[in-house]
Amino acid sequence: MSVAHTIKHKLKAALSPTHLEVIDESHLHAGHVGARPEGETHFRVVIVSPDFEGLSRIDNQRKVHRLLSEELAGPVHALSVRASAS
Amino acid sequence: MLDDATRERIQTEVNGSDVFLFMKGTPVFPQCGFSAAVVQVLTHLGIKFSTLNVLEDPAVRDGIKSFSDWPTIPQLYVKGEFVGGCDIIREMYETGELTDLLEQKGVTAAVNA
Repeated sequence: MSVAHTIKHKLKAALSPTHLEVIDESHLHAGHVGARPEGETHFRVVIVSPDFEGLSRIDNQRKVHRLLSEELAGPVHALSVRASAS
Repeated sequence: MLDDATRERIQTEVNGSDVFLFMKGTPVFPQCGFSAAVVQVLTHLGIKFSTLNVLEDPAVRDGIKSFSDWPTIPQLYVKGEFVGGCDIIREMYETGELTDLLEQKGVTAAVNA
């Protein structure tokens, strides 16, 4: 499974999002530190889930970080997150 | 991993300035687009801030992740409190919340900014 698919799969399973975009922006960082020739290093996630209701921005994002901790410790060099409840 | 010496060093840094940014590179030569974006926001607001270049300090680069419970750089602290990384700062800037927070915390723009 590609990194993008894994990210999508994990977030879907854990947060039942009403909206989810996982965008691979690695091409924007080609040649930059942390970039790999095969890509899949820089991602942008836009996620809307009722699970974020009542949480601060920091806690929303921490939720996403925790779910993707393996990816962040491995192939993913940068993860941009926009998380909201609605 | 966060040893006591590094924790103390980080704590001293965040307590030492009203606005403190852990970043890659320096405000003049940021070495990462996300760090550059936060510098740009703070500069635009005319806020005086101090920075630490984690690329020159591997212990802090690693330790700050546990210290803040946040896996990525940049990280912004205001009056010793963690505010967020690049996405949060950008969002808060766009909605005006960042200005409100700085005002609440008594941080005002430099007169000559």
